[in-house]
Amino acid sequence: MITKLNVASIMVLNKDEALDFYVNKLGLEKGQDVKQGSYRWLTVRVPGDVTEISLEEPGPPVHDEATAAQLRELITKGALGGLVFKADDIRGLYETLKSRGVTDFTQEPTDHFYGTDMGVRDPFGNAIRILQQGKVAQKATA
Amino acid sequence: MSREVEDLNRRLLRARDAMDRAYAEPLDVRAVAAVAHISDAHFIRSFRAVFGETPHRYLQRRRVERSMFLLRETDRSVTDICFDVGFSSRGTFVRMFREIVGETPSDYRVGHEPMVAPNCFQLAATRPVVAAGVARRSSSFGDATAATAS
Repeated sequence: MITKLNVASIMVLNKDEALDFYVNKLGLEKGQDVKQGSYRWLTVRVPGDVTEISLEEPGPPVHDEATAAQLRELITKGALGGLVFKADDIRGLYETLKSRGVTDFTQEPTDHFYGTDMGVRDPFGNAIRILQQGKVAQKATA
Repeated sequence: MSREVEDLNRRLLRARDAMDRAYAEPLDVRAVAAVAHISDAHFIRSFRAVFGETPHRYLQRRRVERSMFLLRETDRSVTDICFDVGFSSRGTFVRMFREIVGETPSDYRVGHEPMVAPNCFQLAATRPVVAAGVARRSSSFGDATAATAS
């Protein structure tokens, strides 16, 4: 029986830039940062959580150059996967992100029957959603 | 070369996000193209090449998807919903809805109950594809064009 999601991964265009965004802007913490030859195993995680998010760059030795170019195009089109986080004070977090210079919001905090969520993109185009779970008095709006 | 493609994609995605966010407002192609920092004509051409449809059509599908949500989830009138989602005339809204969804807003409302999936899933899953392959080619920018973009 599988017991835990241990590592998730997300494709980024540049690991240093990704680390800066996910740690200094979004507020995650750095996990592993290990160099193996030219390969850098770099992860971030929610502070206090055990699940690592591996920041993966398309390219050798995993991808040939043509494949890497396709992946980079898909990342920047927003067509690859994303991440969904939970937060305890989503409106406060929204203000914090703005104060840290984050501008690429896809959705401002919005109430739904299951909670309040918002959307933001990382610098490369990946979609990140953040949810504060819990019932809110919902008035349906477009 | 490939860096240029990636940079253009990213800027077009930012403009697409702006349409997703501000669909209810009067939007014109110039305002959205400005988000991507490119000229109107180049914007329409490259948006179509990257995302497979014109920005105009993308915005209309976004508006129609939100109207479908309101038709399912609220008791608001078709006319109110038409304005809620950024159309400026009921006639255009109903025609566009029918073209994209394949039935009228009123008929759609009768046939659909509220959904219980998370909103981000709904946004993706219920965005209509154009019914019966009748995608009109249009480079104008939707019904709300007459108003000034904010």
